[in-house]
Amino acid sequence: MSERNELRDAAAVVGIGATEFSKESGRSELRLACEAVEAAIADASLEPSQIDGMVTYTADTNPEIEIARNLGIGELSFFSRIHHGGGAACGTVQQAVLAVNAGVADYVVCYRAFNERSGRRFGAGVQDQRLRVLGVADHDRPPVTTADQAHFSWYAPFGLLTPAQWVAMFATRYMHEYGATSEDFGRVAVADRKHAATNPKAWFYGKPITLDEHQASRWIVEPLHLLDCCQESDGAQALVVTSLERARDLPNPPAVIRSAAQGAGEDQDMMTSYYRERITGLPEMGLVARQLWNTTGLGPDDMQTAIIYDHFTPLVFPQLEEFGFCARGEAKDFVRDGTIELGGKLPINTHGGQLGEAYIHGMNGIAEGVRQVRGTSVNQVDGVEHVLVTAGTMVPTSAVVLGVDR
Amino acid sequence: MTTTADATDFVAQLKSFEGKEAGGPERGADPVNQPMIRHWVEAIGDDNPVYVDADAAANSVHGQIVPPPVMLQAWVMRGVRPRPTDGGNPRDELMNLLDSAGFTSVVATNCEQEYHRYLHLGDHLSTSTIIEAVSDEKATGLGVGHFVTTRVEYRTEDGELVGTMRFRILKFKPGTGRGATQDGDGSKPRPKRPRPALTQDNAFWFAGAKEHRLLIQRCTQCQELRHPPRPVCAKCRSYEWDAVEAGGRGTVYSYVVNHYPQVPAFDYPLPIGLIELDEGTRLVANLVGVDAADVRVGMPVEVEWIEHDPDLTLPAFHPVRSERPRAGQPDEGWPGPQRAEQ
Ligand SMILES: [Zn+2]
Repeated sequence: MSERNELRDAAAVVGIGATEFSKESGRSELRLACEAVEAAIADASLEPSQIDGMVTYTADTNPEIEIARNLGIGELSFFSRIHHGGGAACGTVQQAVLAVNAGVADYVVCYRAFNERSGRRFGAGVQDQRLRVLGVADHDRPPVTTADQAHFSWYAPFGLLTPAQWVAMFATRYMHEYGATSEDFGRVAVADRKHAATNPKAWFYGKPITLDEHQASRWIVEPLHLLDCCQESDGAQALVVTSLERARDLPNPPAVIRSAAQGAGEDQDMMTSYYRERITGLPEMGLVARQLWNTTGLGPDDMQTAIIYDHFTPLVFPQLEEFGFCARGEAKDFVRDGTIELGGKLPINTHGGQLGEAYIHGMNGIAEGVRQVRGTSVNQVDGVEHVLVTAGTMVPTSAVVLGVDR
Repeated sequence: MTTTADATDFVAQLKSFEGKEAGGPERGADPVNQPMIRHWVEAIGDDNPVYVDADAAANSVHGQIVPPPVMLQAWVMRGVRPRPTDGGNPRDELMNLLDSAGFTSVVATNCEQEYHRYLHLGDHLSTSTIIEAVSDEKATGLGVGHFVTTRVEYRTEDGELVGTMRFRILKFKPGTGRGATQDGDGSKPRPKRPRPALTQDNAFWFAGAKEHRLLIQRCTQCQELRHPPRPVCAKCRSYEWDAVEAGGRGTVYSYVVNHYPQVPAFDYPLPIGLIELDEGTRLVANLVGVDAADVRVGMPVEVEWIEHDPDLTLPAFHPVRSERPRAGQPDEGWPGPQRAEQ
């Protein structure tokens, strides 16, 4: 980790745009990407031709050049893609900040688009068509096996196939060491669904749940109930990033990127870092937290709200701990008594999170962070100065701190 | 509905056929001959010259032309349109008895042949068939039924026993099967588990598993053990490594119980453990011989081996039940995985 970090207050998010979030978009992923990118550019009061940089996930199927061609964006002087699934979310923003700060691009679009529900579902697990790509589904082995594919050899033959299953292994150990219970995890789901219930864009708009309903929902993989698991969604989300200087010339109040950071921890695996001395923390998120707090001089008490990546509820806990909102093992106590709900000390996932609004691989959470800074969230928290937004867990990850321009 | 007494009586009736000669001896239409061998090996695509080339055969260990041993059955086959048997032999009686009880469908399940010597041109074979065994009623994937095993003995004209064949069929009641996803005699094989993707870094481990050896990669420079395998030692950066065989004991460091999605290659609920071996490394493996609800973090476990298919053998772990059994031997008190018969 470098001691020198010049990203502080270098750039801002000036536009956000999304499609509707659904279970079956009925449109191609490329079309979803174009719609979201176009909407974000319009929200920033820019013209497509002003965009000169684009960033997405390696998991995305929509090349930047396709979107650029479709929307008349024209020349691109910066393009980049980040690996590791949902861990890429805030990493795309960091790429954009790096680019505008280095002067290689002026206006960078970050985007993520997929038909994750109606198309290729992650919840189906590493089998079938995915495994064919990975080389472990067919009985004939691929002629060449990459390290990415070989990674699954330690899990797929035993039936450990899905993200929920990989995460559950971590959750069991966390419960064992810290005495957390399924009900404790359920409080995250209840908070998310409470916030989704008042967000018309959320899939679960008007559908809050109780802790009893969480407990009664069927097992997906013990110790995870159905309601511990995020949705699978179709949709797209895009953001426009530019320098803070340029941002101040645009109509929207800038959502200042106080800092953005990535982190891969020691002995890091993709979803299965089971071989570390302890597996109850998220060292990669700890690394991200150290960078963000060091760069900005801010700390957990300076955050009025946070978007905590919630593909599965148990992993919200170690994130709260790694960022110092509570001590290690004490997240179960922290989330009691409505702390993480609107009106509590740290409302999280005010859009409803990925459990309540939609699973857009963390990108929709960044947009909610921007709305909280602008003061335009449907679940607006009072007096927001800073918002923490985190990305995918159990993978190399990222986070940003967004703030109000002063 | 049959009563228990009826059922017992029926099985006793079936068992009475055991040891009976299934029918009169049958004689092959032709002696062992070159044209039939040639047609057979050409159809099969076996180009071993010892079957067809007199010179090559003379110079081989056989010293003469021999037919492929697996042609054994061909020398006494009844032909494409066999004349009907005259009935009244024990085999027909047994089949009629099963038919009359509703076991009207039939499927061949196993065939084993034993060859006592190579045959030669001119050997003229006859068979005698014994009903060796009739099983109790079994529930199989295809349906409820009885296995009937016959033993066929192949002899030359002077009575020399040259081959034996065991042939097993299942006579079953149609429509009483458990469906296609079950294991068990006579049913469709279940889909195979996902294959490991092998690389030069990990292949040795799966090869060891095939030999029922639980391997742990070891740095030969600093002796550090590591799993999953990788090319370099993170401690001393040596690329040199070998592997040691683990003792096979450890504890459950963490675990999950899979319920959904259900992939046909596996049984659910499916408990999977993160096992911390006594040697200190961890690995993911299935937990067996324990109710999913009884799995606990910290539970002592030991390895057993499951041959999922001819190409895939994997370790699984069961709770330690008693003092350590001899290496490779399951504990006497340990029932082992209930896989074949259900
Ligand atoms: Zn070493």
